[in-house]
Amino acid sequence: MASSPARSATARARRWPVAASAGCVLLIALLALAAAEPPLATPVAPAGGSASAGATRAPHPTIYRTPAAAPRVATGERDHQGQPVTIACSTCHAVRPANPANRGSGDLDLFHQGLLVQHGSNACLSCHNPGDYDRLRLADGSAVEFTEVMTLCAQCHGPQWRDYQRGAHGGMAGFWDQQRGGRVRNTCTSCHDPHAPKYRGAIPMPPPKDRFVAPGAGHE
Amino acid sequence: MSDHDASCSGGCTRRTVMKAAGATLGAAAFAKAIAPLTEWKPAESVDAFLQKHYKELSEAEMAVIITRLEAEAKAQHGVAVHITDPKPEEGVQFAYALNLSVCIGCRRCAEACHVENNHDRASHNSYIRVFEMEQGSLDLAKGSASYDHPVPQPGKYYMPVQCHHCDNAPCTKVCPVEATWKEKDGIVVVDYNWCIGCRYCEAACPYHARRFNWQKPEIPAAEITTEQGYLSNRVRPQGVMEKCTFCLHRTRSGRLPACLEACPTGARVFGNLADPASEIRWVLENKRVFILKEDLGTRPRFFYFFSK
Ligand code: HEC
Ligand code: HEC
Ligand code: HEC
Ligand code: HEC
Repeated sequence: MASSPARSATARARRWPVAASAGCVLLIALLALAAAEPPLATPVAPAGGSASAGATRAPHPTIYRTPAAAPRVATGERDHQGQPVTIACSTCHAVRPANPANRGSGDLDLFHQGLLVQHGSNACLSCHNPGDYDRLRLADGSAVEFTEVMTLCAQCHGPQWRDYQRGAHGGMAGFWDQQRGGRVRNTCTSCHDPHAPKYRGAIPMPPPKDRFVAPGAGHE
Repeated sequence: MSDHDASCSGGCTRRTVMKAAGATLGAAAFAKAIAPLTEWKPAESVDAFLQKHYKELSEAEMAVIITRLEAEAKAQHGVAVHITDPKPEEGVQFAYALNLSVCIGCRRCAEACHVENNHDRASHNSYIRVFEMEQGSLDLAKGSASYDHPVPQPGKYYMPVQCHHCDNAPCTKVCPVEATWKEKDGIVVVDYNWCIGCRYCEAACPYHARRFNWQKPEIPAAEITTEQGYLSNRVRPQGVMEKCTFCLHRTRSGRLPACLEACPTGARVFGNLADPASEIRWVLENKRVFILKEDLGTRPRFFYFFSK
């Protein structure tokens, strides 16, 4: 793709049925400018700046809304200061052998009842680490901290991970120009529940009250 | 209107006409004489009326105007605002792209625009209109911008539309007084103090991106966004055109537009086309991109794209 960006742009446009050929001119012109297209396949670490620009160009950091710690389970008790008492996953799981037969919501009857898992064909242990329930795991068995959950998602969702690194998935806030200021970015799990990741819908904000918005009034 | 059809080449019409006439008539009498054109109101100061064209203003003159506008804002809205006039920057060419695969039509962008750009509260105006579209259709006329039900609906997709900041902008060409033009960084702007409110530009825009201030925008003082740009989100006078400015009061100091930050789905990508490493360049070079009403040859700086 890097060898002939202009040609691939044309090809892309052709695949889009309504794209009239003439108007590709701008894109092609832009792409012609792109003599120094950045390497696309370069894996970019999420820490230290704009994914596309690379850390060297970005004096201002990107802060990721990563989970602060591994999840814990509420006991329903309160401590002497009135704070809820929570326990680590390993509190129970260190003394229970991992059970690979527990694969989905329907298999849970002793604990975690009602936990909805609707995520492709993934089983609990596709993500949770049977050797250490305070961590996640990759397919190769290596452990991943809960705070690094994006590494887990990235393993199975390469295209979205790449788009995310390029700023084209997952959104951001702050500065487009990281020479002048930093950025805040979501983690995959800010928007997707890892157990049921389909993006939730929304109640829209109210429509404007102008006279253009009546159905079919797009052309006034 | 024929007087105003003359181009700006020999100095802009509005000013030239005004200066000549102002020399013989008192300003008030003159204003009355051309009232059908400009509807000068006694509420508007003579200074405002006699202001030069934006492009001819020196920094010192602009400073005076800004001081006047800040004082007017204080008097009319009871709030201390800070108006700046950030200029286009060398090496910056703005563009915007929106992912139609991801947008769910929640209108958070339109809402953020409403607040950021000091739109009239009663009309709930915004520079962004979100169309609920039939899957497979690209006809805005068949879309609805008034939907009011949970989103996304099956069989629909959602297309937010705002100013496309066209390189070949039909709107700027029809302006009889050059009150709207394209800046060096690609942003199409309106000088609210120069606009005569003829609405030619509104009619010329194929994206329905321009709005007319039928009324003076009413906003509770506490809700006014006080960081304002002369060419962007300062509270507009009645009777002038307005439109999306890519939030130039934010973006020209490196920040992202308000609508992008507000998008909960991450559908929006903004940046500098002139920077080969920018996110926007990556999207345009690597995604399936399409241009709304491309056949009109408007060459927008606003693109739509798909995840795959
Ligand atoms: C109070 C004890 C307890 C705590 C705390 C606990 N679990 Fe469990 N967990 C269980 C029990 C009991 C089962 C078996 C459920 C069944 O078979 O119905 C289980 C099952 C599981 C399973 C399915 C695989 C297996 O080995 O059975 C996963 C994954 C899991 N737990 C993850 C977690 C995580 C992550 C945490 C921390 C947020 C956690 N658990 C905290 C008791 C606990
Ligand atoms: C796609 C990967 C994935 C799968 C599959 C998965 N989990 Fe999780 N799970 C996670 C992640 C990531 C978190 C951490 C969420 C957070 O940070 O809040 C988590 C959190 C948890 C928690 C603690 C928070 C909560 O939601 O209660 C429990 C308990 C848990 N998982 C149990 C299970 C069980 C049981 C299964 C199988 C039925 C399962 N998980 C399947 C990734 C997964
Ligand atoms: C072990 C592989 C694996 C991991 C790890 C994984 N996923 Fe998935 N994911 C899948 C599969 C398989 C599907 C189903 C794809 C399909 O239905 O076509 C899926 C589907 C999804 C979907 C689409 C859901 C829908 O119904 O539209 C989202 C969003 C998603 N995953 C997000 C995540 C996130 C976020 C993480 C990290 C917490 C993650 N995934 C981790 C394998 C994985
Ligand atoms: C700002 C919120 C946000 C963040 C952060 C985010 N996504 Fe998404 N993602 C979405 C939305 C919105 C969709 C489209 C939902 C729909 O299909 O209606 C989506 C779709 C997906 C899909 C389904 C794609 C398809 O074609 O069905 C996957 C997989 C996915 N995201 C993975 C990820 C991964 C991995 C990350 C982290 C690198 C991530 N997302 C971060 C909002 C987000």
